Amino acid sequence: MSWIDIGHIDEVPLRGARLVKTHIGCIAVFRTAEADVYAATNSCPHNGGPLSEGIVHGQSVTCPLHNWVFDLNTGEAQGADDGRITTYPVRLEDGRILLDDGAITRRSAA
Amino acid sequence: MKQRLVVIGAGMASGRVLEHLTDAAPDAFDITLFNAEPCGNYNRIMLSPVLSGEKTYEEIVTHDDAWYAARGIACRFGEKVEKIDREMKVVEGDNGHVPYDKLVIATGSTPFMIPLPGHDLEGVIAYRDLEDTQRMMGMGPDNKVVVIGGGLLGLEAAAGMAAHGVDVTVVHIMGHLMERQLDEAAGHLLKKSLEDKGIKICLQANSKEVLGEDGKVRALLLDDGTKLPCDLLVMAVGIRPNTALAQEAGLATGRGIHVDDQMLTSDTDVYAVGECVEHDGEVFGLVAPLYDQAKVAAQSLLEEEAAFVQKTLSTKLKVTGCDLFSAGDFADGPGREDIVFRDPSRGVYKRLVIEEDRLVGAVMYGDTADGSWFFGLIKDGTSIEEMRETLIFGPAYQGGDTADPLSAVAALPPEAEICGCNGVCKSEIVEAINAGAGDLGAVRANTKASASCGTCTGLVEQVLQVTLGDAFQLPTAQPICGCTDLKHEDVRRLIKGQELKSQAAVWQELGWKTLDGCHVCRPAINYYLLADWPLEYQDDPQSRFVNERKHANIQKDGTFSVVPRMWGGITTPDELRAIADAADKYDVPTVKVTGGQRIDLLGVKGEDLPAIWSDLNQAGLVSGHAYSKGLRTVKTCVGTDHCRFGTQDSTGLGIKLEKILWGSWTPHKLKLAVSGCPRNCAEATCKDIGVVCVDSGYQISIGGAAGMDVKETELLCQVPTEEEATEVVMAVTQAYREGGKYLDRLYKWLGKVGMDWVKAQVVDDVENRAALVARFELSQSIYRKDPWAEHVKEKAQTYAPIADFTLEAAE
Repeated sequence: MSWIDIGHIDEVPLRGARLVKTHIGCIAVFRTAEADVYAATNSCPHNGGPLSEGIVHGQSVTCPLHNWVFDLNTGEAQGADDGRITTYPVRLEDGRILLDDGAITRRSAA
Repeated sequence: MKQRLVVIGAGMASGRVLEHLTDAAPDAFDITLFNAEPCGNYNRIMLSPVLSGEKTYEEIVTHDDAWYAARGIACRFGEKVEKIDREMKVVEGDNGHVPYDKLVIATGSTPFMIPLPGHDLEGVIAYRDLEDTQRMMGMGPDNKVVVIGGGLLGLEAAAGMAAHGVDVTVVHIMGHLMERQLDEAAGHLLKKSLEDKGIKICLQANSKEVLGEDGKVRALLLDDGTKLPCDLLVMAVGIRPNTALAQEAGLATGRGIHVDDQMLTSDTDVYAVGECVEHDGEVFGLVAPLYDQAKVAAQSLLEEEAAFVQKTLSTKLKVTGCDLFSAGDFADGPGREDIVFRDPSRGVYKRLVIEEDRLVGAVMYGDTADGSWFFGLIKDGTSIEEMRETLIFGPAYQGGDTADPLSAVAALPPEAEICGCNGVCKSEIVEAINAGAGDLGAVRANTKASASCGTCTGLVEQVLQVTLGDAFQLPTAQPICGCTDLKHEDVRRLIKGQELKSQAAVWQELGWKTLDGCHVCRPAINYYLLADWPLEYQDDPQSRFVNERKHANIQKDGTFSVVPRMWGGITTPDELRAIADAADKYDVPTVKVTGGQRIDLLGVKGEDLPAIWSDLNQAGLVSGHAYSKGLRTVKTCVGTDHCRFGTQDSTGLGIKLEKILWGSWTPHKLKLAVSGCPRNCAEATCKDIGVVCVDSGYQISIGGAAGMDVKETELLCQVPTEEEATEVVMAVTQAYREGGKYLDRLYKWLGKVGMDWVKAQVVDDVENRAALVARFELSQSIYRKDPWAEHVKEKAQTYAPIADFTLEAAE
């Protein structure tokens, strides 16, 4: 697994998200705490809502269009809703956010 | 054979005796009820809300004709009792006599009139019954009234009239107000609050003479020569038990009719209850002991064991905005210690008096939420040794619990009194609930809890909740969300009361069950904090719905709509050109004219937002806040500028209002309109706040809506000048900002607080209006600015992706 540096953690607001554009679609990078980041597809499986624009709480995000809530650890929709978002490996090193290379190139390389 | 019972006097105490009797043993007695007044029983302690306009007389009638009829009670109303013949066991009324086996005397009391020269002039009244109340309600802004007596009743009378704009002066003989219930410091705070309502207060003032003209009162003359002009003089200095009838019948009397613990007089067939009795050297004016007496008398009549015991009493004042509580004995004394908490800026004062590790008295002003808990400690004589250090902070701080009102109620012992008026304790309510009373109405019907003055309604609901658990759903107020058990109203109160100035403080101090809230509570808490602490709290974009964070409306495809502001719906060719150019430059697919008199550019890509704003800013256009829970637009017609019907410059006023209000956050969206004449082309009467210009000024009405609910506004007031109209609009907006529940439109807030309250706050009380305006201005010093310009300058990069691998790959 190789890691790609996508930016500094301070560029992502606490309890917020930023977008990473790739050929296979947009990935949302979430910052849930001072030093805690998650990555997942930006698109809500319900109606395609942009998850990076949602309210981030605990280790979850709420879709801004219809309030579906996803656990960022598992990608599972919470509560009554049924669905799942793809999550991607991401880690922090000296304040830099590193995203799994495979997340960006997997499908285009295939 | 049924026994014959005669009751003299239809008041609150005897009414309660009859309730108990007819509930417990409907067939035990043939009952005849005499009343000198031509009506049945009403809730006398609710006369103050009737006076201030918060209730109507019909709402405070407790027993109507149908009630008496259903219980087979023979009513002899409007008939005076001439005599009691104890030998013959007969009551002699004007229209004939009635024999009795048992007699209940409930002749009540008469207000004490100070025998000053001139006290019998027309216009000198007491505050006792409906007639007095109606006299006071007849006073208006052109009248002056003097109230003698700065006790509970006098102050409620004064505040009630002041709410109608009457010029009221209270004359009190002592050094501070309500000296029997309050200490000096609390009396001082009370005086300040009342003065803020426009009531003048003269302390240590001795009345000398009532001056009149043509038999009518004109002024009150004080000892020191001060002359206080008045059209009405209200004496509220105390009551005297009515004992004449009992005395003539040869019953033992002192200050009142002597009764024993069973409410029996010196005659074993004659009982007495209420304000006419004297028990163990005391006479009674508050309602709680009267109800206790009534219960005991009813039980004694049914030959059940019962004894009346005098209890510690607590006091609350029914004046909106004066939050005070007192209980027990709070005089200084040897061996007594005080714990005092003061917060001058909030006008909060709390004092606990402790004797030998027991709480013996409590006085609170400004924040009385913990009153009933302290009252319980006083009555139970609980040892407070363990919790002494944190005692003053109330139950929330004991035992490491968080400020959950439910846990406080759950912790109350069964004998804790919930309803002071009716003397209902927790266990009685719980019993009623377990017997099937599943909601507030049923608990009221079965126990009377919260059925008199109503201040304990919240507590009763909490007992329901604690007892029934999830089976009980509060009808109107739910917790904000799953993160907390607290309601919006609780959280707003606690944010102010505990001075919580950050979200972290709210989560911590109020015991949030989640780490950092959720999408439901975060926007609400963010709003409450910025509305209550405009200078101290910084708006948190991450607690805002995307539209308010990005200052544009998200569309179903993830693009945004951009709506520049057009002040009062007025624009220029240059602005229109700039909008057209922007639409071209950013490939805006749809350009639409909105209902708020401006232009919507739909389908703008998120990352283009800072650029399009920057272009629009260049032409002088700013955000229209078409996305916010805040001021949207002020719609106008052309008014006197062009229209042949226009009466005022409606466009000019609309623009002024929009420039004053823009950028302000409110609980929900806020739409205004100004119409230049009653033809109402700007549709002002279905807006949150609407102004309709007329020849003589400006009619301001509020609480309209044209969405899921369609509502017509209700008239708030008419004012003569544009300046005053502007102030009223600002004050209403601020009152809504301070009191509204998040996501309640103005009409919903209005439905909760009532138009009378709003009028009292922003129309009648000019000082309060000015204070609201000042607080609004303070908040606007932070928020009256263009968020687009700010984001272009400081946050533009956050609208772009943090990384873009589609570009790299293309290289």
